[in-house]
Amino acid sequence: MLDERGTIKDAMSSGTMWRGLEVILKGRDPRTAWAFCERICGVCTTVHALASVRAVENALNVKVPQNAEIIRNIMFLTQQVQDHVIHFYHLHALDWVDIVSALKADPAATSALAQKVSPSWPLASTGYFKDLATTLTKFVQSGQLGLFQNAYWGHPAYKLPPEANLMAVAHYLEALKWQKEIIKIHTVFGGKNPHPNYLVGGMASAISMQGDNAINMERLNYVKGLIQDAMAVVENMYIPDLLAVASFYTDWAAIGGGLGNYMAYGDVPQNGIGDVSKFRMPRGVILNKNLSDVQPLDLADANQVQEQVAHSWYEYPEGKDSLHPWDGVTVPKYSGPKPPYQQLDENAKYSWLKSPRWKGNAVEVGPLSRMLVGFASGAPDYKEVVTEALGALKVPATALFSTLGRTAARGLETKLCVHWLMAEYDKLIANLKAGDSAVADTSRWEPSTWPADTKGYGFTEAPRGALCHWIHIKDTKIENYQIVVPSTWNASPKDGKGQHGAYESALLNTPMADPKRPLEILRTIHSFDPCLACASHVFGPNGEKLAEIVVR
Amino acid sequence: MESQPRSASTYDVLRAHGVDRRRFVKFCTMMAAAMGLEATIVPQIVEALETKPRLPVIWLHGLECTCCSESFIRSSHPIAQDVILNMISLDYDDTLMAAAGFQAEEIRKKLIKEHPGEYVLAVEGNAPTADGGVYCTVGGETFLSILEETAASAKAIIAWGSCASNGCVQAAKPNPTGAKPVHALISGKPIINVPGCPPIAEVMTGVLTYILTFGALPELDGYGRPKMFYGQRIHDKCYRRAFFDAGQFVETWDDDGAKKGWCLYKMGCRGPSTYNSCSTFKWNDGVSYPIGSGHGCIGCSEVNFWDNGPFYERLSGIPVPGIESTPDTIGAVAAGAAVIGVASHFISTQVLRATGKKIGSDTNAPAGEGK
Repeated sequence: MLDERGTIKDAMSSGTMWRGLEVILKGRDPRTAWAFCERICGVCTTVHALASVRAVENALNVKVPQNAEIIRNIMFLTQQVQDHVIHFYHLHALDWVDIVSALKADPAATSALAQKVSPSWPLASTGYFKDLATTLTKFVQSGQLGLFQNAYWGHPAYKLPPEANLMAVAHYLEALKWQKEIIKIHTVFGGKNPHPNYLVGGMASAISMQGDNAINMERLNYVKGLIQDAMAVVENMYIPDLLAVASFYTDWAAIGGGLGNYMAYGDVPQNGIGDVSKFRMPRGVILNKNLSDVQPLDLADANQVQEQVAHSWYEYPEGKDSLHPWDGVTVPKYSGPKPPYQQLDENAKYSWLKSPRWKGNAVEVGPLSRMLVGFASGAPDYKEVVTEALGALKVPATALFSTLGRTAARGLETKLCVHWLMAEYDKLIANLKAGDSAVADTSRWEPSTWPADTKGYGFTEAPRGALCHWIHIKDTKIENYQIVVPSTWNASPKDGKGQHGAYESALLNTPMADPKRPLEILRTIHSFDPCLACASHVFGPNGEKLAEIVVR
Repeated sequence: MESQPRSASTYDVLRAHGVDRRRFVKFCTMMAAAMGLEATIVPQIVEALETKPRLPVIWLHGLECTCCSESFIRSSHPIAQDVILNMISLDYDDTLMAAAGFQAEEIRKKLIKEHPGEYVLAVEGNAPTADGGVYCTVGGETFLSILEETAASAKAIIAWGSCASNGCVQAAKPNPTGAKPVHALISGKPIINVPGCPPIAEVMTGVLTYILTFGALPELDGYGRPKMFYGQRIHDKCYRRAFFDAGQFVETWDDDGAKKGWCLYKMGCRGPSTYNSCSTFKWNDGVSYPIGSGHGCIGCSEVNFWDNGPFYERLSGIPVPGIESTPDTIGAVAAGAAVIGVASHFISTQVLRATGKKIGSDTNAPAGEGK
């Protein structure tokens, strides 16, 4: 809902898809849950599998061997790096980069710009950009624009000069070629990607340094080469591009901030998943943008993480309005309008997402939350990259609480992750040199060794934010399984107290240059890296519908 | 397809991209090899890509996890960029496209209206049918109605992945949303099922390039799958098959057999009952496949694989091998089961009717089965 000047005054975010995974998991073998859960998302593939095996291991009190922990860290960081790069170039860049404007670019000037912005990236000659400009021109002239038709090209909110646009298009294509390389690390350890294989108790990929039919020197060298290539892409292409694009859009450092509450569960364990103090990605909650107070959080505490359904199409037991996931129930009950419908009623139930809250607070999760928690916790590597970026963009630390901050945080996190990736690889080699080649603890593999009734939780930091699975195992079968995903935190509908979720909150007060082509909404929603379809309808001050967009 | 003069051919576009004829022919040769075709077929591919306009494709997403799209962009030969920019005209894909909302829907509606019978509909995911389709809506419309509307004027339909082909995870018991695969909802159109969770990237681009090259669907089996990619069991071509035959098995995770790469059958491997190309093409440009990395196959391209017993329970009814005849017996049993499954499955008629025919010549096929 806009005011007279075209500024967003109210917003609602609705999740319009439900697949029923929690219902489907009931009664199944807990050791197979990871495979079902992994299919929650094929973009951030692996993270749900990781959370799931950790939940079962937590319930069964299994500590995985160190090699397994390191291999999982390597797979986790690989996913983080690949996902963030794809997001920047393929899902978010076109909100800032105008392809049609790139046609006007001068190849020589583009080459000069590219060599200035990313001096260590080899593909930057005048000829290279000339070929690309020719290609683009022919592509546009062919009349078959494919994926690039009907976008908001020429919109007044696009600000990059043609040369920067052309360079960004070149890197869009280069990133598309590269993303299929780095995920080969998953293929080495998990057999395929998307959806590599995990195992309760460790990893299935045995290590045999004296054989050619398991993880060995050749496989490890292959992984190392892929990590080195990833480092070049992130350091020499992604980060320079991010800073260059961001420098044209510093006005977005004051837009799209939202809740001001940030939460991270943390990950990349160095001494077992139980030792939170040794995570490379720290855990904590920041409320009201107060960076001097990082609060601890406990996922097992019944009073901390709870889910509400005041505006969600589910039914809770009589008298219950907020449940910890171990007590969680998933009973769908649609009460929205019969499709096809024009709009949902924000005063009624309007989403398939529940509203998770931390101690009653709506919080934002994702790269920005993780960077803020790491920065505010005083972790040296976090402090270094954040300070460096703020200096390069000449903006104050408060600039982080914004759409631009969210997009920049994702890039800075990628930089940390790609360096940790190499550090974890080195740790694996050191461990192997010390004579340890174990990858799985099978002492609790047989269900006959399990307690009759046990509960556990398994968490990770998905590319889009804090993720946790809660499991209740009874008589060797899944009694209850509850999943609280990052997008449920960010895209949640209002809760019982009327508090907005992060998306809704971030859209408030956004000025729009042309409400009929709501590019600004795309920018803010895309800055969260949404993992589901969410529809936006833009209404004028008198309730007239101006536009409708569906964001994925 | 031939009657469509509206745009440049793949070769025209490639040439505009600075690709010379020598590289173009090499690309065609690689494509033929990827699809397991004879070298003699290469000139035919060259001719097709030189003269035919890019094929318009609408790519819809229903109940799914986007793993099929992610797999598709991992394709190494051809790379996804070539497919998207040069071989097809991907006019609508709400995940990848730059436009959104009204602007995006406009494109879809325009294609349906102005080019009926010319575009291929690619479906990722499936449609929930319970409770009036409310479990998946886009802009207030049910995915079911969007699918039906778009399918009605499509030349042919590609059902990407196990969701669209078989139902996959959301259709696992008790299937709370009433999710149904495309072939159970759409009739009267040629449908090709490309199962797998996800399908192998090169299988996806291989299917598309085959259709583009020959102007017809490839030969399909009783489940509507292209025989060229789903004709044999993973077990038949698995490099660990020798250990199966020799009776050498992994008995527990990370044991000595696991380090030696022995057969994973006792750990529940579904290779003996799964038809797919994993053990030949392998994944992600040939790097590995599940068995190659120590975990059994979970049978992700098979119908109802989520409900065919827990993944770690060894396949029942298969005697522990050691003699050469046993695996063949397993094969015969599996093939028999497939045939019986198909007899009660309407897709056989639907899909077989389309097999080998020119796409577009079959749009008047009698409907009536299916829904």
